[in-house]
Amino acid sequence: MEEGSHIPFLPNKNAKAVKKMMEKLGIASVEELFADIPGSVRVKGGLNLEEATDEYTLRREVEKKLSSNLTYPDALCFLGGGVWHHYVPAVVDSIVSRQEFYTSYTPYQPEISQGMLQVLFEYQSLMCDLLCMEACNSSMYDWASAAAEAVRMAVRITGRKKVLVAGNVGPERKSVIKTYSWPVGIEVKEIAFDKETGEVDIGGLEASFDSETAAVYFENPNYFGVIESQANTISEIAHRNGSIVITGIEPLSLSLIKGPGSYGADIAVGEGQPMGIHMNYGGPHLGIFAVKDVKLARSMPGRLIGMTTTLDGSERAFTMVLQSREQHIRREGATSNICTNQALMALAAASYLSLLGKRGFRELGETIISTSHYAAKRLSEIKNLISPLFRGSFFQDFVVGYRNSDSNYIFRELAARRINAGYPLSESFGVGMAGLYSFTEVHTSEDIEILAKNLEDVVR
Amino acid sequence: MNFRQAKWKEPMLNELSFDGRVGFVPPKDKKIPVTRPEDALPKSMLRDSVPLPELSQLQVLRHFNRLSQMNFSVELGMYPLGSCTMKYNPKVSEYIASHHGMRNAHPLQHYSTVQGLLSILYELELMLREITGMSRFSLAPAAGAHGELAGVLMIKKYLSDLGLEKKDEIIIPDSAHGTNPASASMAGFRVVKVDSDERGMLSASNVEKAITERTAGMMLTVPNTLGLFEGEVLEISEKIHNAGGLMYYDGANMNALLGKTRPAELGFDICHLNLHKTFGTPHGGGGPGAGPVGARGKVSEYLPVPLIEKEGENYRLDFSRSRSIGMIKGFMGNPAVLLRAYCYIRLMGREGLDDVSSFSVLAANYLWKLLDGKAYTTKHGRGIWRKHEVVVSVNSEEQGSAMRIAKAILDEGYHSPTTYFPLIVREALMIEPTEAEPVELIESYARLLNELFGKLKDDKGVFPRNTAVGRIDEAKASHPLTLRLHW
Repeated sequence: MEEGSHIPFLPNKNAKAVKKMMEKLGIASVEELFADIPGSVRVKGGLNLEEATDEYTLRREVEKKLSSNLTYPDALCFLGGGVWHHYVPAVVDSIVSRQEFYTSYTPYQPEISQGMLQVLFEYQSLMCDLLCMEACNSSMYDWASAAAEAVRMAVRITGRKKVLVAGNVGPERKSVIKTYSWPVGIEVKEIAFDKETGEVDIGGLEASFDSETAAVYFENPNYFGVIESQANTISEIAHRNGSIVITGIEPLSLSLIKGPGSYGADIAVGEGQPMGIHMNYGGPHLGIFAVKDVKLARSMPGRLIGMTTTLDGSERAFTMVLQSREQHIRREGATSNICTNQALMALAAASYLSLLGKRGFRELGETIISTSHYAAKRLSEIKNLISPLFRGSFFQDFVVGYRNSDSNYIFRELAARRINAGYPLSESFGVGMAGLYSFTEVHTSEDIEILAKNLEDVVR
Repeated sequence: MNFRQAKWKEPMLNELSFDGRVGFVPPKDKKIPVTRPEDALPKSMLRDSVPLPELSQLQVLRHFNRLSQMNFSVELGMYPLGSCTMKYNPKVSEYIASHHGMRNAHPLQHYSTVQGLLSILYELELMLREITGMSRFSLAPAAGAHGELAGVLMIKKYLSDLGLEKKDEIIIPDSAHGTNPASASMAGFRVVKVDSDERGMLSASNVEKAITERTAGMMLTVPNTLGLFEGEVLEISEKIHNAGGLMYYDGANMNALLGKTRPAELGFDICHLNLHKTFGTPHGGGGPGAGPVGARGKVSEYLPVPLIEKEGENYRLDFSRSRSIGMIKGFMGNPAVLLRAYCYIRLMGREGLDDVSSFSVLAANYLWKLLDGKAYTTKHGRGIWRKHEVVVSVNSEEQGSAMRIAKAILDEGYHSPTTYFPLIVREALMIEPTEAEPVELIESYARLLNELFGKLKDDKGVFPRNTAVGRIDEAKASHPLTLRLHW
């Protein structure tokens, strides 16, 4: 009898099965199957790893380590900026935990994978409604990589090589756009924002366009949580120049504010995490990628699901479409190299949106805007805080300015008091010492009071 | 009939919608005064309502649960999709990953508040280093192709720092996954294809012919997509290195080599691993995965940030690595997937990982030997043992096509192999049973393939019959207007 807690995962690690298989192959040892690997490169004496750990011990050890993290409910979280603390309904967790979904893979055989295909098609449809766009793919890795792929797509479509990025977009998105742009010589130029309102500086933007500008990327709400009230104007300026408009969004804000398709975005990207996906220290999340003009779907990265019928025409059915854009067909000529995506997260988003529905989604937006505005007011009562720092309208995140305090100090001190809040604004924004705060439906007035009291202690 | 997939004539969400229903009421503290959207937001940006479907909670559950019953999965049956490593995903990892210390961790939290998680991820990096021989790993890539992109960008930046921008060609075999040429192309390289020889392998002499002064490096999958160990990999690595290029290891097929050999010993400078393949994290219906990228020596300075650094007993994320290609994802990879892979490695242990490769290779060869050699031919690699997967050609003169076999086998409650890949094999079926399938199921699968052969030549779309829907018209779906639903 073989020993070790890993045996349950290896149904053929027993004398009977091994004998049967080896006899058929005419070998005396399984190692014969590896005889073509030169002895000089074989691992001698096995890998230097621990022996197998049993399930109970593993759980005990790992859960103990995870318990040492300061996370809700052991701590409060008021961080935003690309990942937000929302409540994930039990129903969403239940649906995402269906093994039929999560232990399947890309639906290469559509007849036996209709479940996931219909889910992804419904996700695409829901997102089109939310974004006011005409075609949405079935997921990207995350917001930042979706934004970077959008920039590449705009360069492909226009044949131009310059991209304008608003100075008030998230630093992570900015960085990833640069990483994806550099190897093919795309010039990324930052455009200024208005330090009073926190919005894009329209004059500066207009002056930045030239005949080589492929696209402009801005976010709405932007990194400061401020809503770009002149989004329409940004689009008009870009379109006049024959440039593509790429807008990054946070989906729950779309319960109250217009979808990017209605103010001129040609490509919409965003972070789907707020729609029923846990924060997970940054992933897995859901990159949103949609286009306004259906014709642009042919230039999109990622998998697309379409509605069709069975061959005999008798039934509705779903399958992957426009695959000739993709790497497994087009290879070096593909629109992107993406293969494995974040399909399960699209399932979470689809179930989340259908659960809230028209009414619940609206109510959620109203709760968030009430909570964030209440919090902004409460924090403004604290001496030497400027809350909010920017005059522009906000939905859920906002920046708080510190007159005399160091933002890193406040961030660290709050963390030590079990409050994750006030992510320090990078000095590169040039707005002085400030921190980013986020308030959602999970925060009660007591939570906000705890934050305020602690800030009163910490702020000078 | 051995199998009948559940079939629900399940309407679309909007068809189920009924005005006034709601499936979930979000939390709300009534003590917080109401701010009306029209008072707080610019009028030009206000929106009326979003036309979302209106369903009760039970209706939502039924809808998605019914759809789930029309989806084949590893926990339902054998899923030998070649190159995808559809193995068992230990259940306990799901439970661990649902811990609030994982789920509720925000990526921007101060590092002092996530030491537990960071210590686990750091330990995972140490394990991946040991398994591959690389000096450092970045856990940032979200999937295999994402790791590839990071890898080729590293080659680009490394050469650029040496003033060798002229090196702009990446050599890739004709048997490679499509992601390889697509990644190289995204990084601005020209792809130079090198043909496999009659064994289905790369000869060092063929590679040599492809090398020019513009050669930046080579991307290679070992074992290759035919399931064959590249016998001349050491000579190939040497030739590429002599030409000033770097060797990139596509880890998609690492399931064959755990504890046997390591990419570093084979001469690779950079490698990614598909944790959702080799390290037992679920494939999620298409994703999420995780594709950590590692590198050796000087090249490791180019890894995408952040890397996890240990200072004394403290762990933190290091973004300030001057030679790094930068960030490739908003936040560091998919930590909840990384955690599952960590659990998998701990559950298997050193002996278990070695067993994974032994038993996956044993299973692939056993299945191969059980196949009718006239029906399923193997042009390549005669007399050479397969590694984790076997690729056969369906003898189409008598049978018709690989597609017919693939569709017919669905009717028996098995997923089909990967079809028509690699491209160098005609009428290809690529079968990867993995170490997780019991010998008697491997026998059933081979028996079915043998029985089906020759019976489907005149099939006019009748298979599959036992799946939720019959053969699908894929051509009809390619009109872009069918990409969304219009209300």
